[in-house]
Amino acid sequence: MGGYILKRLVSAVPVLFGITVIVFLIMSLIPGDPATAILGSYATPENVEKLNRDLGLDKPMVQRYFIWLGNMLTGDFGRSFSLNRPVIDVVLERFNATMILAGTSFVLCSILGILAGVVSATRQYGLADKAITFVVLIGISVPSFFLGMMLILLFAVNLRWLPVSGMYAIYGGGDLPDLIRHLIMPALALAAVATGVIARLSRSAMLEVLRQDYVRTARANGVSERRVIMGHALRVAMVSIFPVLGIQAGFVLSGAVYVEIVFQWPGVGRMLVDAILTRDLLLVQGGVVFVAACYVLFNIAVDVAQCLLDPRIKT
Amino acid sequence: MPALKVEHLAKTFPLKRPLFGAAPPGAHAVRPMSFQVETGETLGIVGESGCGKSTLARMLVGLLEPTGGTIEIEGKALGSASPAVFGKLIQYVFQDPQSSLNPRRTIRQVMEAPLKRLHGMPKPDRDKRIAEIFASVNLREEFLDRYPHEFSGGQAQRIGIARALAASPRIIVLDEPVSALDVSVQAQVLNLLSDLKARFGLTYLFITHDLAVVEAVSERVAVLYFGAIVEIGRAERIFASPRHPYTSLLAKSAPVVGRSLTAPEQKGSELPDPLNPPPGCAFAGRCRRATELCRAREPELKQMGENQLAACHHPLEH
Amino acid sequence: MSAFLALLFRNRLAAMGLAVIAVILLLAMATPLLPLHDPDVIATADRFMRPLSEGRLLGTDHLGRDLLSRLLHGTRLSLAVGIAAALIAAVIGSAIGIVAGYFGGRTDNVVMRGVDMLMAFPYILLALAIVAALGPGLMNALIAVAAVNVPFFARNIRGITVGLAGREFIDAARLAGMGHTRIILTELLPNVLPVIVIAMSTTVGWMILETAGLSFLGLGSQPPQADLGSMLGEARSAMISHPHTSIVPGLMIFLIVMSINLLGDGVRDALDPRLRSGALSRPRATTLVRRQGATPPATDDLLAVQDLRTEFQVGKRNYRAVGGVSLAVKPGESLGVIGESGSGKSVTALSVMGLVASPPGAITGGAVRFQGEDLIGAPYEALRQKRGDRVAYVFQDPLATLHPLYRVGQQLTETIRSHRNLSKSEARMRAIQLLNDVRIPNAERRVDDYPHEMSGGMRQRVGIAMALANEPDVIIADEPTTALDVTVQAQILCLLDDLRRERGLAIIFITHDFGVVAQLCDRIAVMYAGRIVEEGPTQAVLGAPAHPYTRRLIACVPELGGGRRELAAIPGLPPVLDDLPPGCAFAPRCTKAEESCRQGEIPLQGPALHAVRCLFPERAP
Repeated sequence: MGGYILKRLVSAVPVLFGITVIVFLIMSLIPGDPATAILGSYATPENVEKLNRDLGLDKPMVQRYFIWLGNMLTGDFGRSFSLNRPVIDVVLERFNATMILAGTSFVLCSILGILAGVVSATRQYGLADKAITFVVLIGISVPSFFLGMMLILLFAVNLRWLPVSGMYAIYGGGDLPDLIRHLIMPALALAAVATGVIARLSRSAMLEVLRQDYVRTARANGVSERRVIMGHALRVAMVSIFPVLGIQAGFVLSGAVYVEIVFQWPGVGRMLVDAILTRDLLLVQGGVVFVAACYVLFNIAVDVAQCLLDPRIKT
Repeated sequence: MPALKVEHLAKTFPLKRPLFGAAPPGAHAVRPMSFQVETGETLGIVGESGCGKSTLARMLVGLLEPTGGTIEIEGKALGSASPAVFGKLIQYVFQDPQSSLNPRRTIRQVMEAPLKRLHGMPKPDRDKRIAEIFASVNLREEFLDRYPHEFSGGQAQRIGIARALAASPRIIVLDEPVSALDVSVQAQVLNLLSDLKARFGLTYLFITHDLAVVEAVSERVAVLYFGAIVEIGRAERIFASPRHPYTSLLAKSAPVVGRSLTAPEQKGSELPDPLNPPPGCAFAGRCRRATELCRAREPELKQMGENQLAACHHPLEH
Repeated sequence: MSAFLALLFRNRLAAMGLAVIAVILLLAMATPLLPLHDPDVIATADRFMRPLSEGRLLGTDHLGRDLLSRLLHGTRLSLAVGIAAALIAAVIGSAIGIVAGYFGGRTDNVVMRGVDMLMAFPYILLALAIVAALGPGLMNALIAVAAVNVPFFARNIRGITVGLAGREFIDAARLAGMGHTRIILTELLPNVLPVIVIAMSTTVGWMILETAGLSFLGLGSQPPQADLGSMLGEARSAMISHPHTSIVPGLMIFLIVMSINLLGDGVRDALDPRLRSGALSRPRATTLVRRQGATPPATDDLLAVQDLRTEFQVGKRNYRAVGGVSLAVKPGESLGVIGESGSGKSVTALSVMGLVASPPGAITGGAVRFQGEDLIGAPYEALRQKRGDRVAYVFQDPLATLHPLYRVGQQLTETIRSHRNLSKSEARMRAIQLLNDVRIPNAERRVDDYPHEMSGGMRQRVGIAMALANEPDVIIADEPTTALDVTVQAQILCLLDDLRRERGLAIIFITHDFGVVAQLCDRIAVMYAGRIVEEGPTQAVLGAPAHPYTRRLIACVPELGGGRRELAAIPGLPPVLDDLPPGCAFAPRCTKAEESCRQGEIPLQGPALHAVRCLFPERAP
């Protein structure tokens, strides 16, 4: 097992390298002169030239890439000009908030989704199945930003049960109950689509597995139906559900961008959108690379868990 | 001149290189083997799963490139020619008739492909030829515009045979052509194959795991074990008086009406590991006659009696 | 095509989705022709008019622009951009996937590494990076959404292509002289196309949502042009005071995406052949019972199948798989049930303990009695307690019938503990003992193996050990050696025979092989088209078959030692089970059949020991 983890980690190196190349290439697509874009109305020829030199933009592209990569490896992601702070500090701070939101949503959608899928499959064509299918259909069709807005209207504006937005109350907040009150609506809005997708997948995976010969064998051996479903069938279904959880984690992370905007959540997604709109490219670059790298590591964790789940995978 | 001559034909599948260390030597699916088949003959090839019989078949028709050795058909050496070159000389009938037919093409489209691609035949000639072939395999022409899923296993296998015939090959490799079929249908297909051979002067390579079937259809039989021929001889003699202990084991294992149940081999013996082949005879681990010599040196095919060759240091006497 | 549409419309939800999206598409296309306000004319005096106001069906937005007009124009834009993105992604992604999947090897490796790299990004990061580089704008958003979806198509289509490229019909096409391009276009593409259509129909809604999302963030369409996303984005600041400006575009996105999703599911279900036959339904814990007619009285046999009828309802067709079968075994007896595929032998075996998959299967008549007690329609718990305890099964393919993720020891102990109050360690001891009993060498070590770590013969030994776990009275072995090599088969048959003699087990042995039954069974029942056509002691039936089918079937089987010869064959095919002829089902293939064979019920009759269902048996029994 240790060998397998090491192998996966080693194989992540080219992926991480590729990510930085892709990001770098995309960013060098930018038309015009970044220095002019950054300086805006302060752009005098001297200023532009100085900034270009400061940013290393007068060097050839390959050299620029390796300088950028080298800096990142030493933890230097550059400086955000719009916030006038080191990119890495901003990203770490914002990423923390995003992890709270996205992590909660991910746990929520995994549990709810699998549960709904299993219930749906075992009661195929029954009332519970139909009700779940209907809710799931709505869940996967409603945009998370619209759902978020509707939740705010209902629970914050009309019923006044929950705070409208933010992560902590401005006055007197800051403790865990306060965070949870702020977290409920955005986490739900963010989890909706992924829950739907996972529920559908779990349902069809369970239906597929329940038809397999080894389920018939378990029944022929007199194993109780509860064990057949929660043990034999779900165990195998998990093998096909697991990779999708990994993919859905990416979707949850992506959806967080919208939800952070709607709920004014101080996360990395909102930061990225703001950075794009203010053309703070170093912040965009640094944020994208950082989050993508975290996602790659997360997927390795998923692969390792998959390997523990399925002994047929060669380690 | 033999219809088919194979010399030192071998296939090794490379293995994935591990993260650290050198690449392993590879899995020997077919170890260097040589044999020939005369025109008009049926050579039966028997062996159990994993003995390399399908790999051999795929190399013979050009679907798989050998790692070594040569294939000669009617004196012409086929190097690494494409399946299109092989196709005019040697054709293949697949084990699973349904999966060898494209589910989304009509039987006519399936039949036309070899005529058009291999022989460049114009449309009227193609229609005539297809009609002839269909008549010869006892299929109605109305089947031509249907799709594969509309046919039973036996019918689909006849379509597979018809397609092989359409290429007008000299040799047909039959890879377990009846093992997916029920016995009552199996006999229909076997008899049809025997008619066609006589009518078109074909040469067959008949691959199967069923000894009774292979004996009923072949002139000569080659027994494969672990990627190599262990015995080859006349069909009517080889199972009646086998020289290699493995052939004997096979013959004794087949359930026969009227013979009482005896396990010819009590140990739970398993096939040798293709990634780590034993140094001597591959069968030594299962063989009661095995000696130190067997475990040290691999025996070669030697003449043992008339028209019979076996690879054994201590062959059975009769 | 018409069959596809019929299937699609039979799905009411899909039809509803189609209707809704058709209306929206029509409206969107007709928008320029409709008498609407100019969507971009600002009239600050009229801002935030409520819906249903004079001349403003949906009211106005924060700049006094007509919401209905903006909604329709926005819908038009959103649909156009979303569908365009889906098409671009599908074409490029599928092309990459097909090429990578077909050629395999290095091509595949390089291409898929690239795809994996793109998929290593949470998709929005890639989209944001692209928009950041190209600058905000609707076209750039379209490019970004298409680009992030290309890897999904590529990976999906590649998977399907790899499966197809390994199929034998591709080999056959190569042998027919086709080149790579032609094989891709004429052999692969028609088979991949439905998958591409499914992938598109299930993702186009998602892509519409994505472009709307980018516009919502202010990175897509730029003012004054507005798609649904940017309408929602602009309305957000006034959401609390004037919710209707948000709700209107939000609901529209929801409607579009939901109707497309419904339609997409319908398309998938209609195109996916596995769903077409209704196969993807969950088999219940026990077979459904819809018993008609009287239940036959109890007998003193150990296990008796009495006039059993099992049918499969697939669509409108009713397949009579088992049509009145009676069998019985006494303690220590071994009965062989022999027949070709479709004869109903396996269904009979599975019906005994209610293991026939239902739906679509149902037991419609007869009884199965274990020591006199009727098992058909018995409560689930009563049945479960006998399964694996009194009556145990050994199935055909041990790789498919053992659970792939549990160690064989776990599976054995579970079977034991389902019926006995043993501790885990006691059960494990018993499991090792059982593996020893079926002569697995190194049982203490093998007990912790997974099934995939064992050879076929070893796995089947485990299957037999599982059947023996609770010392049952009857073992039903359903083609237990068919998937095995002959040398292994001989070992397994010997093992079963020894165990039967040692333990006084009754065995029902289902097979298609006369050699196997001859060596193992005391009595034989021959099945054809769901019925027993002949039954009697093994020697009698094989030595002097009375039914023409039995006689001719035996003649079809080549025997070792017979030399090179012409084989006997039975012309014709077995009847289809949803349209059985009256009278004898074998009559159409029988040379002795007369008019009387084709009508009425023909009973299974003859002396008590050797009965035959034939009016003109081969020899008076």
